[in-house]
Amino acid sequence: MLKANVYVTLKPGVLDPQGEAVQKSLHVLGYEAVEEVRIGKFIEVWMQDTDQETATAQLREMSDKLLANPVIEDFRVELAGAERP
Amino acid sequence: MKFGIVVFPGSNCDADCYYALKDVAGQDVEYIWHKETGISGFDALVLPGGFSYGDYLRTGSIARFSPVMPAVVDFAGQGGLVLGICNGFQILLESGLLPGAMLRNRSLRFICDTVSLQVEQSDTPFTNQFAPGEVIQVPIAHGEGNYFCDPATLEELKREGRIIFSYSSADGEVSSAYNPNGSIANIAGIINRPGNVLGMMPHPERCAEAVLGGEDGRRVFASMVHWLQRQGVPA
Repeated sequence: MLKANVYVTLKPGVLDPQGEAVQKSLHVLGYEAVEEVRIGKFIEVWMQDTDQETATAQLREMSDKLLANPVIEDFRVELAGAERP
Repeated sequence: MKFGIVVFPGSNCDADCYYALKDVAGQDVEYIWHKETGISGFDALVLPGGFSYGDYLRTGSIARFSPVMPAVVDFAGQGGLVLGICNGFQILLESGLLPGAMLRNRSLRFICDTVSLQVEQSDTPFTNQFAPGEVIQVPIAHGEGNYFCDPATLEELKREGRIIFSYSSADGEVSSAYNPNGSIANIAGIINRPGNVLGMMPHPERCAEAVLGGEDGRRVFASMVHWLQRQGVPA
């Protein structure tokens, strides 16, 4: 099995109401140094073994089509070869 | 006229739309299950509100790949009328039939309320029964109705008169003070460039009869019927 980590983050400039709420809450907790919080998604994808190039290309395609919405989100794909736990 | 209501797992305003079209507007209506791949014989389609696929990943993102969607996209491409309400609007955005995307409401709250809308354009298949600039009252019920698009798209929507409904005061002042969800430019509903696909967050099917507190929504459906009946006849 091949494991991939897909990180989906809001594009710079796109409002993140969740991030703002969490930032305020961190301030309430006393973490005054926190200037901004942006919340994204971390998606683990397990796939059948294939060469890294094919896997990366497929993961990028999946991210573009479904995992991320290119209007508001960016994504980053990381391959991590691993056995399924 | 024959309307099709596309039902996804998690749609929950399908029966309300059915009632508004069948019993209030007096039209033929059929449900279309999301697994159907061929749809024919319809004059217009409605993508109703709800929580298709539990709003998993992003609202509308999974419904957009339902088996029925290529047929919906074809129908729209051939000029068929498609109305997306609430989650239906979100699905139209995800499928690229309309530009932009939805963000979480600025307040992070799910908002259930009746709001005032200014009808910005009354020469569309969906709004021809409204007076230009008319203010109407329509319920909203959403957690993700904070419409977003890039500045170039917003400019285009404005220039081409494709913002159809804006959040406003009861006397028609469009301003952020009356914007319930943080939507860019106070947008509540937009149309595609050819003018046959409309997405709106408010629920016209929930105010189609006086007994439900208002009749303004009925005229969205009446506009579609009117437009279909005189299709091809110049204004």
